[in-house]
This record gives sequence, C-alpha cells and structure tokens, in this order.
Amino acid sequence: MIRVVIAELRKLRRPTLLLGTIATVGGLSALFTSIIFLMIDSENGNGERGERISAAELSNSMGLVYGFKLVGVFLGIVALCIFASQTAQEYSLGTLRNLLVRQPSRMKLLAGKFIAMKIFALVMVLFAGALSVAISFALAGRAKVDTSSWSSSGAMQLLFENTLNIFISTLCFGALGMILGLLLRSPISAIAVGVLWSLILENILGALIKSTAKWLPGANFQNIGGGGSLDLSYKHSLTISAFYLIVGGSLAAILFKRRDVAN
Amino acid sequence: MEKIAISATDLTKIYGERAALSHGNFVVPEGSICGFVGPNGSGKTTTIRMLLGLIKPSGGTATVLGESISHPEKYLPYVGAMIEGPAFYPALSGRENLKVLAELGGFPLSRVDQLLEKVDLADRGGSKFKTYSLGMKQRLGIAAALLPNPKLLILDEPTNGLDPSGIQEVRGIIRDLADSGTTVFVSSHILSELEVICEYLVMLREGKVIFSGRTQELLSGQKPMIIAKPEYDVDLTNLAKKLEDSGFSISIDDGTLQIDAAQEASAAINRLAFEAGITLASISVVLPTLEETFFEMTGDNK
Repeated sequence: MIRVVIAELRKLRRPTLLLGTIATVGGLSALFTSIIFLMIDSENGNGERGERISAAELSNSMGLVYGFKLVGVFLGIVALCIFASQTAQEYSLGTLRNLLVRQPSRMKLLAGKFIAMKIFALVMVLFAGALSVAISFALAGRAKVDTSSWSSSGAMQLLFENTLNIFISTLCFGALGMILGLLLRSPISAIAVGVLWSLILENILGALIKSTAKWLPGANFQNIGGGGSLDLSYKHSLTISAFYLIVGGSLAAILFKRRDVAN
Repeated sequence: MEKIAISATDLTKIYGERAALSHGNFVVPEGSICGFVGPNGSGKTTTIRMLLGLIKPSGGTATVLGESISHPEKYLPYVGAMIEGPAFYPALSGRENLKVLAELGGFPLSRVDQLLEKVDLADRGGSKFKTYSLGMKQRLGIAAALLPNPKLLILDEPTNGLDPSGIQEVRGIIRDLADSGTTVFVSSHILSELEVICEYLVMLREGKVIFSGRTQELLSGQKPMIIAKPEYDVDLTNLAKKLEDSGFSISIDDGTLQIDAAQEASAAINRLAFEAGITLASISVVLPTLEETFFEMTGDNK
C-alpha cells in the first residue's frame, strides 16, 4: 500500500498541479481573510452572506480563524475537483491499465490513492490556514483589532479545532469527488456534476424545500467545516456525511473492483 | 517436456451478443517469441487484457507463468506489458512516468535511467510526455514494460507509429530478451512484421483461434509456388499450355506463370520450356508469406 501512496504522491507533486493548487488556495485564503479586515467598516458586511464582524469580535480568540473558516468551503470545492480529476483521468488517459498491471489489488490501489490525496488535502488546508493566520496578524493593526488574545491557549485550541474541522470537511468534498470520478470515469463530467450539485443545485433545493437542507451532502460537509451551526448540529452533519460517503464509497469501490478495464 | 508460459483453455469473453473471444485454446512455450496475429477487432487486445487480469473472462480458464489468471497478483510482478499503445500522464516527464510505475511495482528507481538509455530516450527523459512523438511514446511504453525485468513480456502492437529504424530496434530488443530467456508474446495486425521474428504463432479471426503452434509448421503446411517468366511475353500462353498438358496447375499473373509445385519440379519445368523452344528469363520458388497463409486459412481476400 505504501508503494501506491508514494507513486501517487509523485503524480500529485507535479509542478502544474501543486503550484496551481497552492496559488488557488493561497489566493482564496488571502482574499477572504483580507476582506474581513479591510472591509471591517463596510455597510455591505465583511463576513459570510453580508454578516458584519466588528473589530471587537475579531479581537477575541475566535478572531484568528474567521478568515480561515470563510475559505473552508472553497477548499472543499478545490479538493472535490482535484480528487475527481485525479481519479477519473486514470480512465480517460488509459493509465489505469498500467497501474493495475503493477498493482493488481484494486482495493489497495484505491486506498493508496485516497491516502495520497488526503496528504495532499492536508498540505492544502495547512497552507491556507497558515496564510490566513499570517494575513490576519498583518492586517489586524490597520483594522484596529487587538491581537493580544490570539496567542492565548484558547485561541490555539480554536485554531486546532477549526483546522481539523476544515480538514474533515475538505476530505468529505474530496471523497465525493473521488466517488464521482470512479462512477463517471471522466474528469470533466465528475467535476461538473460535483461542483454544480454542491454550489448550485443544493442551494436551489434547500431554498425551495427548506427541510431538505439538513439531509443534503454538500450542506452537511460544509457544516462540518464551520464546526456546526444552530440549525444543524456538528454531530448530525458528521453522521449524515459518514452515511453518504460510506454508501457512495462502497458502491464506487464495488464498481471499481468488478468493472472490466477495457480502455 | 516443454514449459508453458501462457496457456488458455476455452477462454471466452462475451460482450452482449458478441463474442470478443470464443473458446480460445492456445499455449505459448516458455522462452519463445510468440506472435499473436489477427486483423483489427479479432479479439487480440481483449485476450491480452484477460491474461493481465484487467478483464474478467465470461468463460474458460488460462494460466500465466503457471498461475491462474484469477490471481494476477501471483504472476504480474514478473510480467511486463504494453497494452493497446502507450498510456502515460501528459504533464509528467517520461522519466517521472516511469518512476511512478517503478515505485508502484517496487522496482529500483535506478532501472528507469537504464531503460531510457535502452530505448534511446535518455536525452529526452526529462521532457514532458505530451511533447513526445508517437515513436517516442511507443518506446517509453516498451521501457515501462521492461521495468520488472520480466519473465514474460506482453506487447500489443509495439511497432505502431515507429519508423523503419524504430521497428528494427524493437525487433532487436525482442530478440535480445528472448535470447536471455524471456518469453515474448507480441501482437500485431501486420503479419509480415511477426513472420520475421516469431517462432510460434497464435492466429485469431473474429474471436476464434484458427491456429496455435510453430510458425514453420504453419508455413510448411502451405503449398510453395514456382514463378517462371519466359524471355518473351508472347511465349507465356504457349508455355502455360505445355505445363498444363504435363499436369501442372497454372495461373498467369503480371507476365509470369505461377505454378503450384514444390522446388523439385523446377528442373522439369525448365526442361519442358526448353523442349518447347522457350527460354526462361527467370524461375524461382516462392514460399507463401504469413499474410498469404492467413488469408488462405480464413478464406479472406486482402
């Protein structure tokens, strides 16, 4: 299995993918964190959906992670795209046959691939978090935000918890991408279906029939990243997400194991 | 007793109503170069994929290096394969692509540069795969197949896209491997290409194995032909009549007489021509090519 992980990481660390992802994630992290501090007095708000986050709120121990939390959902979408494309391209490029000749155990190949992508997602989340924290410190003075409580053990605890939540949320989106990649076997289709569903269709469905929102995968993945909300508990989201991923993952794994590799 | 590298018994793959391979029976002796011959769509690639565990058979069994194809993990570490053209990651260099497979298979990374050297890609190993010409891609595919230092090498149309010198190089590589004891199972729809290098043949047509055995056995079973050309074209019909009267089966093609006869009849033909006052400009014995034999066996015309 370790050989699969190392081989997969060699593919993932190629400059176009690695630097492209770092640039995207870095750009998003910088953008959302900067908005919170630079638009602190804006009437249009500086938080999610026009929410206004004051300097006083930013000065407490939670202030350090506001920006990081905002970028969390986008990290999930980036992970969905990467996991989907890296999985489906093995079919579209025809490289799956080479991989299976060198590693005939399909389940080992799948597990190794997932572990490697987890490592990639962890690097992505840690980078986005570190950049967001650095930008928060850099812009706090300009926004007249007191940062003394940001170094407290409570702030560190919050930073750790939020990093973990965003990582779990990112993995859920990534796993969804991988499942779609395995089912659809085309990077473009897998990404299109995943992004369209998570960003558009779920929102429309949730707006039309409010009761569905708590059962939809994307909303629950997103809620994990936010550490839960008043409407949707963290535990509920973890349970629903686990259900979706276990069912979807099992179906995709069975198909992957049984399906002929004819391309 | 001859050791067997590949053995198929009633191997079958059915897609819907169509049998890609129907009750295929054949053996490939160890250490041989065995050609896998058949027109496009005859089932060669499907068969190769079944042997590599990529496709599950609908029926029958097969063994590779003595192990059942239902347990590919037992023999694939000793098998090198290039299936239906080279498939690699376009954004990775040739060297990185080979390293991915070397790491996956647990082979030393030092082999990568040795193999790039062997297939004459050492100077382009650092270039992205997507910048390679078709011939270079093909050579990288062969290098990937050689990664495990295989006991059995399975190559599917390895000379596609190669120029004549590239084809010559691939033949050289195949011969060298066979000389060192590697069994080579090589498929092609270009029959003349395999005739040159293969001691054994498995012939497929429309999903059925129509021959499996020594190339020589196949060709020697076919009738040789004597081609005679009179000095003057006007003598063509006279000579044809004379030979027909003597019991030879004749056809005239492109100013020559094609006589269904073995080499021993050459002297008699020459004598009959001399007696008729006809001088022969040339007389030669032609053995049927693999291609001609294939078409004769299948009843197909080109």
